[in-house]
Amino acid sequence: ASTLAFLEHSSSQLTPGSLNTVTAASKLGGVTALLAGTGAREAATAAAQLAGVEKVLVAEDAAYDHGFAEKITPLVAANVAKHGFTHVVAPASSVGRGFIPRLGAALDVQPLSDIIGVESENTFVRPIYAGNIITTVKTSDKIVLLTARGTAFPPAQKGESTAPIEDAETADLSATPTVKFISEHLAKSERPDLGSATRVVSGGRALKDKESFDSLVYPLADALGAAVGASRAAVDAGYADNSLQVGQTGKVVAPELYIALGISGAIQHLAGMKDAKTIVCINKDPECPLFGLADFSLEGDIFQIVPELTEKIKNA
Amino acid sequence: MSSKLRIMVPVKRAIDFAVKPRVNSAKTGVETAGVKFSINPFDDIAVEEAVKIKEAKKGAVESIHVVSAGSSKAQEVLRQSLAKGCDTSTLIDVGDASVEPLTVAKMLAKLAEEDKSNLIILGKQAIDDDSNHTGQMLAGLLNWPQVTAASKVDINESTGEVTVEHEVDGGFETVSASLPMIITTDLRLNTPRYATLPNIMKAKKKPLKTVKPADLGVDIAGRLETVSVSEPPPRPAGIKVNSVDELIAKLKERGAL
Repeated sequence: ASTLAFLEHSSSQLTPGSLNTVTAASKLGGVTALLAGTGAREAATAAAQLAGVEKVLVAEDAAYDHGFAEKITPLVAANVAKHGFTHVVAPASSVGRGFIPRLGAALDVQPLSDIIGVESENTFVRPIYAGNIITTVKTSDKIVLLTARGTAFPPAQKGESTAPIEDAETADLSATPTVKFISEHLAKSERPDLGSATRVVSGGRALKDKESFDSLVYPLADALGAAVGASRAAVDAGYADNSLQVGQTGKVVAPELYIALGISGAIQHLAGMKDAKTIVCINKDPECPLFGLADFSLEGDIFQIVPELTEKIKNA
Repeated sequence: MSSKLRIMVPVKRAIDFAVKPRVNSAKTGVETAGVKFSINPFDDIAVEEAVKIKEAKKGAVESIHVVSAGSSKAQEVLRQSLAKGCDTSTLIDVGDASVEPLTVAKMLAKLAEEDKSNLIILGKQAIDDDSNHTGQMLAGLLNWPQVTAASKVDINESTGEVTVEHEVDGGFETVSASLPMIITTDLRLNTPRYATLPNIMKAKKKPLKTVKPADLGVDIAGRLETVSVSEPPPRPAGIKVNSVDELIAKLKERGAL
């Protein structure tokens, strides 16, 4: 195999999902990394030091900013044509999910999304039905396109050598459609990133309002050094920001410890957190479905239990 | 914009979101016998959005064409979408074959060209295979701009400029593009309506055309072979704790604190 890993960067840093993607790609052999957009060259120096990365290609051009699939697709296609890559792996992020299928249409191949395992050069494991079923799929395509689920692969570590950095093959963007960037609203937080945190405290609808969400969930998360998450019901009710949603339609997390406060456990929420190593559920409803999945269940009123738990963890 | 909006909405019939799927006894796929099927929820949101645009922009929408690739049973999701306000429908009858997203995208691209569609709205993914491919592939085949996981769509029908708010990692982003374009829907875009009985009756008279993949010049043979399917191993049974102190002690014992 000859594998190209498309990596993302933000403020010259590789995104956490990119580190997981390098690990997924290295299961197929040596990896060539590709970085595109403003700041790509700086991020490339970090990518060059990762174990498994043999070469880094850089396309430092503002045309690739914001990860628009219309522009990234011809860039990746040009580099596949030039270097003869047999595999292309991208993070299962909004950018990766956006361009990999478009690239599939351009190359006439059927990609595999959100892989959680690599069995061989042409056989991969992926979840379907919101993670309720796991399937192993073999592809007959000559070029294999993949997106990798971050939580399924550990982040790549710094290696012993530094890979060479070269300019990527340029692409002709003249006939590509244009999407204009207007604005972005990204939640800024000092807390660990939800997608890669080792501990997560999530709140549900039982928190009743945004004030209670803020006064109960955040202090417990801070006491544990945890990221904050939320159920879809809590997000829809306005208690927490969209970006905090854990579930099939939000973030998929797999932390060491997941504490669910007042979350009943709809199927779509379970799809986002059931791979956590230890799950704690605190809920006053004895029929709460999440009790069936949790390692430790505590039945009771979150408004009394959470402040006590926060205090005791702080003082421990 | 010189011409009116001709919207296409591709929809898929999938196992209902409330059903917990099980591996079939032959271990080749998912058990479908006696299982409730519905329109893929994200596609239902796409239907709703198309109908809302038609209602809000009086006279700007020439037609809404709902299309499904599936067995004859997919007619039920087409009828349901007609009852909600789509105008015409096409079933691409693939029989019981399971068709891959690339195949579906090729067939839809052919229909979109025949139809002179200039806006295609579809779900960001189907909740069965969770691929999240068809919209982006269709955009690639047609060389149209794509915006995925939309949570708000605003069309300026006089300029043909469409502004879309869509969900990205860590928040949301606002972008714009010109028609023709592809939009895939996320859950927050709208809440689908229920079809009323009079509209269900009226929908029976709306056009439903059936075509075969060969009519569209597409070979439905796929590239993927399912080697195995399994259910994830169940988690070991948990335990009930009775106090905060007991919870902390158990977490420490496990090394989780």
